[in-house]
Formats: sequence, C-alpha cells, structure tokens
Amino acid sequence: MLQRTSYLTKRYGDSDGHTLAVYERDGGYQQAKRALQMDRAALIDEMKAANIRGRGGAGFPMGVKWSFMPWPPKPEKPHYLVINADEGEPGTFKDRTIMEKNPHSIVEGCIIGCFGIGAHAAYIYVRDELHLAKARLWEAIAEAKKKGYLGDKPFGIDYPVEVYVHTGAGAYICGEETSLLNSLEGKRGEPRLKPPFPAQAGAFGMPSTVNNLETIAIVPTALAMGGDNFSKLSAIHNLKDGGARLFGVSGHVNKPGIYECAVGLTLRELIYDLGGGVKGGELLAVIPGGSSCPILRAEEIVKAPDPKSPLHPYDGKSVLDVPLGVDTFRSLGTMLGTCCAIVLSDLADPVLAFHNLLQFYRHESCGQCTPCREGSAWLFRILDRIVQGEAEVAELDRLSEIASNIMGNTICAFGEGTAMPTLGFLLKFRRELEEFIVTKGKSGTRRLAL
Amino acid sequence: MPRGKQDRYSSRVGEKLFPVSKPVTLTIDGKTVSAKPGSTIWDAAREAGIDIPVLCHSPRLDPVGVCRMCVVDIGGRVLAASCVRPCEEGMNVVTKSEKVERHRSMLTELLMSDQPETCPKESTTGDSELAALARAYNVDGSRLPRGAARSSDTSSKVIAVNHQACILCDRCVRGCDDIQHNDVIGRTGKGYTTQIGFDLNQPMGQSSCVSCGECLAVCPTGALVNKPISLPIVPRKSLKQVDSVCPYCGVGCSLTYNVDESKNRIVYTDGRPSPVNHSRLCVKGRYGWDYAQHEQRLTHPLIRKSEYYPRGPLSPEVTSSRGGEHRKGSHLVRYEDVLPAFRQASWDEALDLVATRLKGIRDTFGPGSLAGFGSAKCSNEEAYVFQKLVRAVFGTNNVDHCTRLCHASSVAALLEGIGSGAVTNTFAGIEDADVALLIGTNTTANHPVAATFFKQAAARGTKLIVIDPRRPDVANYAHQYVRLRNSTDVAFYNAMLHVIIAENLVNEAYIKEYTSGFDALKAEVQKWSPEVAEPICGVPAETIREVARIYGKAKSAITFWGMGISQHTHGTDNARCLIALCLVTGNCGRPGTGLHPLRGQNNVQGASDAGLIPMMYPDYQRVTNPEVRARFEKAWGVPLDPNAGLTVTEITKGALEGRIKGMYCLGENPFLSDPNVNKVRKALSALDFLVVQDIFLTETAEFADVILPATSYLEKLGTYTNTDRRVQIGRPALKPPGEARLDWEIVSEISTRMGYPMKYQSPAEIFNELVSMTHEYRGLTYEVLGSTGRLWPAPDPAADDGLQILFDDGFPTPNRRGKMVPAAFEPPRETPDENYPFVLNTGRVLEHWHTGTMTRRSYALNAIAPEALIEVHPEDAMKLGVHNGDRVVVTSRRGSITLAVTVTTRTHEGSVFIPFHFREAAANVLTIDEIDPFGKIPEFKFCAVRVERAPESSAAAAE
Ligand SMILES: Cc1cc2nc3c(=O)[nH]c(=O)nc-3n(C[C@H](O)[C@H](O)[C@H](O)COP(=O)(O)O)c2cc1C
Ligand code: SF4
Ligand code: SF4
Ligand code: FES
Repeated sequence: MLQRTSYLTKRYGDSDGHTLAVYERDGGYQQAKRALQMDRAALIDEMKAANIRGRGGAGFPMGVKWSFMPWPPKPEKPHYLVINADEGEPGTFKDRTIMEKNPHSIVEGCIIGCFGIGAHAAYIYVRDELHLAKARLWEAIAEAKKKGYLGDKPFGIDYPVEVYVHTGAGAYICGEETSLLNSLEGKRGEPRLKPPFPAQAGAFGMPSTVNNLETIAIVPTALAMGGDNFSKLSAIHNLKDGGARLFGVSGHVNKPGIYECAVGLTLRELIYDLGGGVKGGELLAVIPGGSSCPILRAEEIVKAPDPKSPLHPYDGKSVLDVPLGVDTFRSLGTMLGTCCAIVLSDLADPVLAFHNLLQFYRHESCGQCTPCREGSAWLFRILDRIVQGEAEVAELDRLSEIASNIMGNTICAFGEGTAMPTLGFLLKFRRELEEFIVTKGKSGTRRLAL
Repeated sequence: MPRGKQDRYSSRVGEKLFPVSKPVTLTIDGKTVSAKPGSTIWDAAREAGIDIPVLCHSPRLDPVGVCRMCVVDIGGRVLAASCVRPCEEGMNVVTKSEKVERHRSMLTELLMSDQPETCPKESTTGDSELAALARAYNVDGSRLPRGAARSSDTSSKVIAVNHQACILCDRCVRGCDDIQHNDVIGRTGKGYTTQIGFDLNQPMGQSSCVSCGECLAVCPTGALVNKPISLPIVPRKSLKQVDSVCPYCGVGCSLTYNVDESKNRIVYTDGRPSPVNHSRLCVKGRYGWDYAQHEQRLTHPLIRKSEYYPRGPLSPEVTSSRGGEHRKGSHLVRYEDVLPAFRQASWDEALDLVATRLKGIRDTFGPGSLAGFGSAKCSNEEAYVFQKLVRAVFGTNNVDHCTRLCHASSVAALLEGIGSGAVTNTFAGIEDADVALLIGTNTTANHPVAATFFKQAAARGTKLIVIDPRRPDVANYAHQYVRLRNSTDVAFYNAMLHVIIAENLVNEAYIKEYTSGFDALKAEVQKWSPEVAEPICGVPAETIREVARIYGKAKSAITFWGMGISQHTHGTDNARCLIALCLVTGNCGRPGTGLHPLRGQNNVQGASDAGLIPMMYPDYQRVTNPEVRARFEKAWGVPLDPNAGLTVTEITKGALEGRIKGMYCLGENPFLSDPNVNKVRKALSALDFLVVQDIFLTETAEFADVILPATSYLEKLGTYTNTDRRVQIGRPALKPPGEARLDWEIVSEISTRMGYPMKYQSPAEIFNELVSMTHEYRGLTYEVLGSTGRLWPAPDPAADDGLQILFDDGFPTPNRRGKMVPAAFEPPRETPDENYPFVLNTGRVLEHWHTGTMTRRSYALNAIAPEALIEVHPEDAMKLGVHNGDRVVVTSRRGSITLAVTVTTRTHEGSVFIPFHFREAAANVLTIDEIDPFGKIPEFKFCAVRVERAPESSAAAAE
C-alpha cells in the first residue's frame, strides 16, 4: 500500500533544511528534552511499541536491542552508542541523504538513544568519502553544542551527552557492526567473534549499542507520535514491522531515488509508482534490499498455503505485490535488507550482473575466514571464466558447492551475504547461465548498463 | 601497524560474562563426555581422545575460528567451529559426518589450489599440517583454476616468508602478538589480496621483527620457515632430538636441539614446553647455537713460544690503547695475529706445565699470590670443582667470576637485608601481581623470554612501572614510564619511601612482625620529600607521588631489577632501597609479590650457589665462619684459608701491584668484560703466569702462557641454575672438536697434578658432592631434575616442583626479620664536566652476549647485529653535527674508541649508550674501575665521556 510520508524528508527540498533554525521551527529537539526527563523504562517501552526494525539490514527490533544493555551501568564500564553510517551496501544510499539534509534528526536521536542505553557518548561512524555528509554532521553538532543541547547539561538537564563523528576509510566490511567497532578503536576493520555481543563488550570493550543511522534518526519522530501510533502507520504493523522508512530504488528505472513511505509498500509500487517504471525493456528481476539479498524474478508467484506463514495473505499473488517487510521478505527466501531495491531490465544480461556482484564481494571480504576469503575469490574466478567463455556447465555445480560451504561458516554475515545472492542467481538464472556457457555468451545481451 | 586480529579482550570478557561453573555433560560421536567448565568442543573431544582436524587453532593460542577446518555437526542449520564453540549441556556433537567431511575436504581443496609447487615446509621439516590434510582428503586443488601468484620475502636473516603458501590462519599473528607480545605481524590488504604483513607492510627484515621465530613455530604451512644455518633443514625424524637448556641468559629456556649426529651439527632448534618458557625462545636461543661449530674452535693445548716473551697482547685491537682500529674481520680475534705466538702441545705437557708453574708460584710467593676467574657460563659442577681447586689446592679464597660484574651489589644487599641472595619469586610470578616495578632492566633485550611474561601480564591488567634513565622497549607496555637522571636512584627511591611512609601506605602489621630497622629508615627518608628529590633525579614530584601511591596501594607488588640498579658505586644502596620498599609494604612471601634481580648469565645463580665467590663457600656459607670452615676442611681434607679472598676488580688491582702472580681463567674474558680495559691490559701483562681455558682465542688468551681447549656448553652434561633458582640439566648435543676436553676433567687433572687428586667419574658425582655441602640444594639429583628441572629449595622430593615463593613467614636471618637499611644519596664518582660533557651508560643488545665470543661467531646473530653503535639523543646529534651511521670518537679519561652513531630518543639528552659486546669498539676501554664498597661491583653505568665526529667522517661531510 503506497502511503507517502515526510517525517525525515520534510525539509529535504529546503536549502536550509539542515540548519538548526529550520529543524527547530518544525519542533526539533523537543523530544530529546522530553526524553531526558523520562523514566528510562518508559522510554524503552515506547521504542519497543514503535516496532522500529533496524534499518541497517538485519531488521532487528530496535527497542529490544536497547533493552539488552546491562542495567544499571557500572561506573567503570561506560556505555557507548555507536551509529553505523558506513553505508557501503551496493544500491543503498538512504543514510547519506539524512546526513546531508536532516542532520539534526540524527543528533537528536543520539541524545535520546544515549539516554535510553545509559551512554554519555555517541560515535557516528561515517565513510570518509561522504564529504558533505560529514560537514553537515559536524555543523549540526556544533550548532547543538552551542545552543547547549549537547555537552555537560543538555537543555540544563544533568545528563551529559557528547556526539562525535568518526570517519572510516571506506571498506564495505566496516559496516558490519563488530568490524566497525574495531575500526573505531583504531584497529583493522575485521569482524569479531560473537559472543560477546556489543551489548556485552562493544566499543573499547564496553557495553555498546550499534544502530543504523536511519534507525536513530527516526527515533524523535516515533517518540513524538508515541510508539504505538508510529507503529500503526505501517500496513504490516501486525507483523511488528512498524512506522515509516526510507525506500530506495535504483538500476533500470526512470526515477531512481529515495522515497519515504509508510511500511507496507510493495515492490510494484516502488518500481512503477515511485521509480517511474522500468527504463528500457521489461522488468527482468529485482534485488530487493541491497546486493546481499537474493534476487527475485519478475514472474515469481508467492506460494504460501500455510495460514501461519506471514506470506499467506499473498498466496498466489506476484512477488511484486508483497509488502516490503522484514518477515515477509525473509519468507520469500530473500531479505528486506536496507530496503533499497536494484532493478534489472531484460535488456541487461543477468550473467554480467552476477559477475559484477561477485567482483564486489571478492574485493570486500575482510580476508579473515577461509571459506569467505578463498570462496569469494573462487566464485568470482569461475564466473570470470564463464564470462570469458572458458567455463564448462559442470562448473556451475562447483559454484553452488563453494557457496554452500560458505553459508553459516564464517565469523560474520558477509560470508552469507556473498553466498546467498550466489545461490539465488544460480537458482533463478540457471537456464541463462547454462546457455551463456554453451554459447560462449552469444545467448546473452552482453550488456549490463542500458 | 596492522592489527589483523580479533579483539583479544573479547574472548576473556566472554569468559567473564558467561561463567560456567559446573562441568557440562555432552555427547561426542556417541560417547558421553563430561567437559571442564568453559571448555570448547575441540578441547572436550581431545580429552575424550577424539581428534578434530584444525588449521588456525593450536592449544598454545586463543582460538579465533577463522579457518573452519574444525567444524562439527551439532544438529543446527550450520556447522559449528569446534575450536571456539563452548560445550553446552546436552549437546550432541558429530565430528565426522558425511556433511562435515565434505566440507573439510572442500576447504582443503580451496586452500591447496593456491599452494606453491613445492611447499617450503614439505621440502624441509616435512610437517606441513595443510599437506597432511590434503593427503588425508586426497585432494590437491587441481580441480580449480589457480589464482595470481603471491610473492615471497627473504629479507629476514633467519626466516623465509612465502605468501603463496600462507593460508591466513592468523597463527603467526597470535604467536607474535599474544605469545611474544612483539606486535609485528598483522594482516594487510583485503579479501583475496589479504596477506600477512610486518609492521606497515615492510619486508620482514626491515620491520621491528626481533627474530624470535615464534611465528614459524606456530605456522602450519610452508609460509614461514627457518632459513638453513648449518645444514639443509630436514625432517625431525631423521635427526636426533636433544632436550637441553639455552646457553645464553639467566632465563634458561628449555629447548630441543635437532642434531645431525653423523655430521656433528645442530640443524635447528625448537622451544620445549616447561614452566620456564612455555616453549618460547628468543633469537639467541633459536638461532645462536652455531658458534660451537665455528672453525676457530680451539682443538689442541697451546703453549706460548719462548720468543714471544715478555708476554703481552698480540693483536692491534688489544695492544692499542685506542680501541676502534678497523680492519677486515676485526670483529673477531684474528687468529693470524695470535696463533704464531703459540705452539701446539700435548695435554700432558700442557697440564704438567700449568701444574708446575702454579705450584711454583704458590710455594714461592704463598697461596695468596694465585687467583682463579671462573665463569657464570659454566655448569654448577664446573663451578664447584673450580672453586674447590682454588680453595683446597691453591690454598686461597681468591676465586671470583662475572657475578661481580652484574649483581654482586644486589646479592650483598639481599644477604644483608633478607639473608638470601636469590630471588624470592619467579619471573612468571608476575602474573599474580597488581603492580610490577621494572627497574634498570632492558628486559626485552636481556631477558627476552621473561619479558614476554611481563608483557603478557601487562596485557592482562598488571600495571608495569618502568623506571630507567634509558627508555627500554618494555616501557611501551608500561602503565607508567619514569625517566630519572642517570645514577640518582637513591634520591628517587628515598622519595618514594618518604611518600609511602608519609601517606601511611605502609603495612604496619608486616613491619612489626617481620622487619627491623624501620625507624632508622624513616629518619633517613624523612629528609627526602619529592620536592627535595625532584631537582636531583629530574622526576616531577607529582610523578614520584603517583608512582609511590600505585606501589603503596597495590594488593600485591613485585619488583624486578637489572644491572641499571647494580652496576654503580652505590649499587648496594640502590638495592637496599628496593628491599626497603618491599619490606615497608609487606610485598614478600605472597603470590604476586617479591624481589627478583634478573640474573644475567645462564648460570650466575648456580655459579654463586656453588661457591664461585671469594667470601663464600657453596650455598653462601662464609669462609670466615670457623664452624663452616671446619666442615669444609673436613670434607676436603685440607686446611683452608680463613680470610675472604679478592674480588675480580681487586685481583686485577693485585696483579697490577704485583701481589697476584699466577692466574687461572676458566671461560672468562676479563679483557673485554671488566672496566677500564687499559688497566686490565697492564694487569694481565704483569702476571708471572696466566693459563686460559676457553673454546676460542679470546682477547684475554693473547696474554696467556698456556691455553687449554675446553668444551662448549653444547658438548657437555651439567646443571645450570636460572634466575628463578630453577636447576636444570643441559645435555650434550655435539661431540667436542679435536682434543678439546671437558672442563671439569681439565680442572681435576690440574688438581691431581698439583698433588690433590680429584677422581670424579661424572658430573652427577660432582653434583651429589655439591648438594651434600649445601642446605638449599638438598634433595636434588639428576633423576629428580628430569626434563624440566626443579626450583631450589625443594624440601619435598615428592612434590612436582620446588618452592616458587620464599619467605612467607620470616627470613633466614638470625632474628627472622628482614632488615631495612637506609641509604644516603651519593653522586656517581665521575660526573660530566667541560671536557667530558656526556654521561656514558653501557649495556647489551638483544642479539649479542657478553664479549661476543659466542654470538659474533653465530651466523645469524652477527648478521642481524654486525656492528657496535652509540646511541645519541637527536638534540645532541644536532649539536655534534652527526647523523645515523656517522662515525664518532668517544673518549673518556681512560681511553677512546670509534664507532657509528644511531640517533634515538631512547637515551636522553646529555647521555649516550654503548653496548659492551664489540671488541673493535670496546665500551670498557672507556668505563671507570671505581667500585661499590659492599658489592665490589664496578660502575659500568656511569662515567664521563666526550663525543666528537671521527676525522674521516668530517672529511666525508666536507666533500
Ligand atoms: C558485511 C556487512 C555490512 C554491513 N554494512 C552496514 C552498513 O553499511 N550500515 C549499516 O547500518 N549496517 C550495516 N550492516 C549491519 C550491521 O552489522 C548492523 O546489523 C547494523 O548496523 C545494526 O543497526 P540496526 O539494528 O539499526 O539495523 C552490515 C552488515 C554486514 C554483515
Ligand atoms: S565472513 Fe568474510 S568478511 Fe566476515 S569475518 Fe569472515 S572473512 Fe571477514
Ligand atoms: S604465515 Fe603461516 S601462520 Fe601466518 S597466517 Fe600464513 S599460514 Fe598462518
Ligand atoms: S581450527 Fe577452528 S576455525 Fe580454524
């Protein structure tokens, strides 16, 4: 169900929208001030009721994550809030828009978040090449500090909060939360073994919460509306997937971009109503939420006869008509991920898209786990042989063998993020791949860009 | 540097977060297994006798779970890495299902597909763990296309790196970071281009690598292997393994020599599990054994030809009063300079000559005209027979050894204070300490493996307080590094004591129960407020207070010190202060507390225990005590000298003055090791008769009448007592060259020929006699010592080991109390002035040992550190106009040497540092022969020098 909203994006069109004055004109910082005077438990309950599913990819309920923090905080173990603005997932560019156009919502979210988890410092980890985003964040922090919204006594209340921007050097793996923590500490950005989870030993070994940037930015809105009201914006509120969020669409569409809508939007609405339809040719397939999510073909039909399945209401319908939600898309065998879809037209060659994707993963593995490091290299190498016309059909089985060996066999989810789309492409485009191999590429369109 | 690893605290935090107190019961391959709390599936399986293959894991390392070879089926969607997965109650583990095996085989295949054609490990030691797995799974990786070749790196002198063979298992990273704490290796790059990297991805040979070889010891593939030193490297099973102990420093690491018996060569060395070193080694232990195989070994007795009298030095380096003559090969005594002065002789002729001459001198000038220099390199047995020879046969107590030059003052203070000269706790005892003082010790260079324990303790939360005028590398791991001015220790420690007493951080109950002399101490340190000390020692008063508080408030504090404390004219006073600190706070006799002077040579402790000291018989029994003397007279069957003998420095003086006429030098090289070389030269020339027993022609041997070829450490059986008091057996790995003979046999022969028959059959027999004359060695025999030795005292032979912590209830003093002796501050003897504006500090470097006779004949050690360097502070370098590598002339009132500069902030302004191992730039040409009145130790750590650009280098700069 298409329902445009403008909680985060209201000021996107305003050239001064990023300033404190404009933000405050719209009621900015009222929620932070209120939160600092709330009971912590009540704040967490609001957040739980809001059903904000993590916007970073895994879709974990944010309120629940906050409640995992040890309580009360011990003086020798300060808590930290860490905001993940590394945004490296191909096809994903939503967080960047918030930093550039609505940075105060982030700062305000951080104040509320710090209070919620018992922290007095928040680190925003931003990839270095986002120069405007960094500048806007620094500006916003300086403005808020000057006004006394940050510092020793925000709004005159005795709960010190500082917000820092930390710049990463632009490695996709540094978006993985424990890798991000290592990088934040000045170490090599490599994921840590879990447990311990960040809530037990996160930044600098201290209890920490890692939230995606959009997750924290929506917090003031949810608090202003009240958790329940916010949650109910969503058409799949019953699946505990609440509120509104940013939807992205890119690839072969006429109007790529970021659109804020209530949760419950379908792929069809995203591609055709918001994205302006497929650019050139017909819709071949769509990667629903960033490159790690297995691809869906346009003609797929939902099979969910089991009434207990979250997909049951859509049984027999096109996958394009399923609301974009964490649980609905997981049930489809793919993921909602970052909620930024990549659209592929039938003028493009899925084999080349596959090749392109694997090149990325080979390059971005941190190199720690053998199955991921060696596996991602082998997957790409075999795909390269296919594209060069050197491979045999039997090598497709080797692809699936290697990918299956990565699944569940690595320290972080990057391994699965490589294996799942690989298995997805193999499943959905087996015929195209075989033909490509047999004809040494003559069967394909041999183009990726239109 | 790249820190390519898991966060180390995470696993320990994890343990704390999930404390499992009860054992858990689980099923592994159908067997019901009870696992220890907190153990992983892999551990539990191993206990149950089930082998799970691993690549990235080794029991010596914290698991990281990166390779996934160890996966097992625990019924979940995904397989679990058993090396990191804790056991859970009721778990059902299958270690070898079809799925698991398919997975392991796939993984092995992925890894094998990129291996080099010839695996550097399979072609050497033949024990690549990856290759073994490949054979087991019958895969070679040829099904998959090969990737781009990765490079290799042969820049290290001792270790070859082959990135192509690397499987990025992270073992070397953890070996370097977590075992040795050198933090050199990490991963660089990303994804498939990831490689292990040294520092900021430098070639290994140019990195901060210290060549300890831990990385290759843990590497499961051919990526890191030893370079050959003596012979091509071959599998262990074709070599003989000799379990022994390292011949270098006081740590006394257990190791195994892999020996080619037919060629009489050590081929390579492995660290051996033991409480001392946990299989760790340093560069000297792992690579410094080939000196014994050097072509310059002495193989026949030598007698000085008549035309080379009057006796005097033979090589220009030893003749000249200016060291630093630079000739090719002058880093070793040039045999062509020296050998022509000697002729080969038979053992009989040589021994008879020695016996006759020594006897003649004794009978003509009296026993007091003879003296013996023993060595802390020799075994307990050798030390025992040598001192027995001097005492019972020469008839004098003029017997001493290089302890005099390292810890004599510490021992003097300890004997006076707590009635025992040995350490009260082991160096590994630091793991229980809240706070550790490391004073005047460059531990990473001089006791490298002990340093690994210090660094590990620091990583686990022990606060290291490092105090030293020259910043040692261990300061990098310190909670606080304090740089005090050279030779102002007493001022600093008195101020610390002042604060501890003023702020009532003392342990009153302990002082009352176990100490004496508190009031006198209090009266002295009363004068030493931090504000008084600050202008003298150069440490801000606030810092002194802070350090005093950290130490004073610690639940347990342990003190380690090195020669920075002892080698001063007030060395005994320095040590007295440390003892007082320990006593006022009651930091003795409990875990994590104690006093530990880190002993230098491998057998300083043992040689002293065995009586190689002029005032003491074995076990520190005073020669002046009539009861004691009577016991020894009875045991040895001869009357003994009732007076204490002369020390090393006094013997030199005596020779110069003509009182000492004959000398027997066993394994010592006083020409380079003693202060004021020019004086030593004169003294050695003045002797009537000098016999030198050694394995090479040393500088001292140039003065000899007779030179006796001895056996090296690696060729003989004997016991050695390390800095911890651990008595360990060193076993012969090689056959001695030519006619070289065992040292105890030579000593016995001389004794017999001088009319006192010594008929020992074996070192064990000597050891038993030594034990029978001591209190502390009671209960020790070769059988009891076994493979990892035993700490003395070992009152209970049935226990696993001797006592680690001494004096939990009083001290071995007459009143059972530890005595605090106040120390008054005294400036050093020779302070800088206009003509000699710099303070000279001397010491050692990691790669070399003592006078370099061994290490400079070891290929690897000499290749890594070929040259003497003087450390100069950047500000001083600027003023002097010198840069790295420029040559300077360093002059003191006693002589001058020429050597190259290294500019570093390690030393502070106005102070320079020179290591003493290098004959061509012998630091001891410069040092002063002033001694401490109690310990009789020379002031190696302080004299005044002038530094100037060497003429040729100013000429080069002018060009
Ligand atoms: C390889 C990898 C890359 C990731 N990159 C990002 C990222 O760029 N931004 C982000 O917010 N989360 C990213 N995540 C997810 C984070 O690990 C983490 O789940 C998230 O920051 C939690 O925030 P949320 O609960 O608010 O979504 C990544 C995860 C993986 C495995
Ligand atoms: S799965 Fe890949 S990216 Fe994640 S820790 Fe392992 S090697 Fe690194
Ligand atoms: S060099 Fe050896 S120990 Fe180090 S990562 Fe590579 S294979 Fe492992
Ligand atoms: S041995 Fe367990 S993951 Fe490597």
